Amino acid sequence: MFATENAYYPDYSTKPIQHSFSPYADNGGSVVAIAGDDFVVVGADTRLSAGFSIYTREQNKLFPLSNTTVLGCSGCWCDTLTLTRILKSRMQMYHQEHNKVMSTTACAQMLSTMLYYKRFFPYYISNILVGLDNEGKGCIYSYDPIGHCEKTTYRAGGSAGALLQPLLDNQIGQKNLTKVSAESITQEKALAILKDVFISAAERDIYTGDNVMINIITKDGIKEDNFELRKD
Amino acid sequence: MFDPMANAPPLWSNGPTPGSFYNFPGPQTKPNDHFTHSQSPVTTATSIVALAYDKGIMIAGDLLASYGSLARYRNCPRIMEVNDNILLGAGGDYADFQYVKSFIEQKIIDEECLDDGIKLKPKSLYCWLTRVMYQRRNKFDPLWNNLVIGGIQDGTPFLGTVDKLGTAYTDRAICTGYGAHIALPMIRDAIEKKAQPLTQAEARALIEKSLEVLFYRDARSYPKYQLGIIDQDEGVKIEGPLSVSQNWNIATIIKSV
Repeated sequence: MFATENAYYPDYSTKPIQHSFSPYADNGGSVVAIAGDDFVVVGADTRLSAGFSIYTREQNKLFPLSNTTVLGCSGCWCDTLTLTRILKSRMQMYHQEHNKVMSTTACAQMLSTMLYYKRFFPYYISNILVGLDNEGKGCIYSYDPIGHCEKTTYRAGGSAGALLQPLLDNQIGQKNLTKVSAESITQEKALAILKDVFISAAERDIYTGDNVMINIITKDGIKEDNFELRKD
Repeated sequence: MFDPMANAPPLWSNGPTPGSFYNFPGPQTKPNDHFTHSQSPVTTATSIVALAYDKGIMIAGDLLASYGSLARYRNCPRIMEVNDNILLGAGGDYADFQYVKSFIEQKIIDEECLDDGIKLKPKSLYCWLTRVMYQRRNKFDPLWNNLVIGGIQDGTPFLGTVDKLGTAYTDRAICTGYGAHIALPMIRDAIEKKAQPLTQAEARALIEKSLEVLFYRDARSYPKYQLGIIDQDEGVKIEGPLSVSQNWNIATIIKSV
């Protein structure tokens, strides 16, 4: 049999091209979050892509929902646009109904409910919600596309999630180490690790690159930072 | 004697066979209200090439609407002047573009009737089209287009795009279809090499070069095109039909082995 008849090489197929509609696209992107005692840092790369095309190199994927809460999204970009827009209006409605800003913990629960509401036509997004809890401690909530939620202290999600999570397990979770330090992580260390893991991800994952947007959340508010990754 | 591969006999006549699926007798229920949506484009237009320069936006698209590989309609404009500060370009299904065009025109008429002097802004149209495309995707009945929206808002050039899923983003240069593979790297390279924003003349030269290369390499392209320009000083205009400059001199040098 000729290679031209092999479904594995669609470019060389001699059959008529069949377009079929898929409502989802994988637009890539990675999100990494690290929480400390009184802060949380979250970073997302700024590359928006589909297949071998880069749509734009300057797409912010971090969405501030309040002064203490930020959502990082990667996956299907059209779903991200919709979800974050609904989230923003739900935050506003809560503020106007209760005359207070929604807490990070309440927001985490709301996001889970909103994702599960679309259980049978899900938002295809890997969400990482970060913020400060009611005691001012850094917290991270990570989700699957249908709303399963887990609270953690560090998380990598998106296209390089599987690549980076074991690295974070070792570097922050201190897994498989003989000398374990009892001290909690500092903001400087968290930022240094965050930048390092993104550099590593950009080396191996074609959907991660260009730039990293970083949000540092403390009791004083959200500070933005930015640093460059390889652009090929 | 005992064949494990064979089906067991039915328990009673026309009854279920042990170990296999049983279809109940009687009329099979079928949904009678289902209909098939268009799952693929028919009459298609190819790339849109668009970029922002220091004082405005330029959008170009050729005039061909193909029927598969057949160059079927050769005078199909697909750059639309929405109002005096918005341009819209479209690739993909031409019928779907005509539908989009018609309801945008109606939207402009409705707005005109209010007579309040408020005009649709580029970012508003961009955002609204994002929702239109996303709603149609949710209905599994997409408008099979790549839409490029250009304009000037608050004194700065705006360029954005929406595809059939509702995937939307803004950038200084946007190309769709084959242009995303062939023209966009050239344009990004030119923008990167020059630290300041491009001038109108440079933008035009870049678009002309892009369409020339696309005409050489994209089999669904055409040498007749339109160029839409929105400029802070000159306002909005659509030029054309213009011609791609062609040079086939080297064609005689190429010899097949």
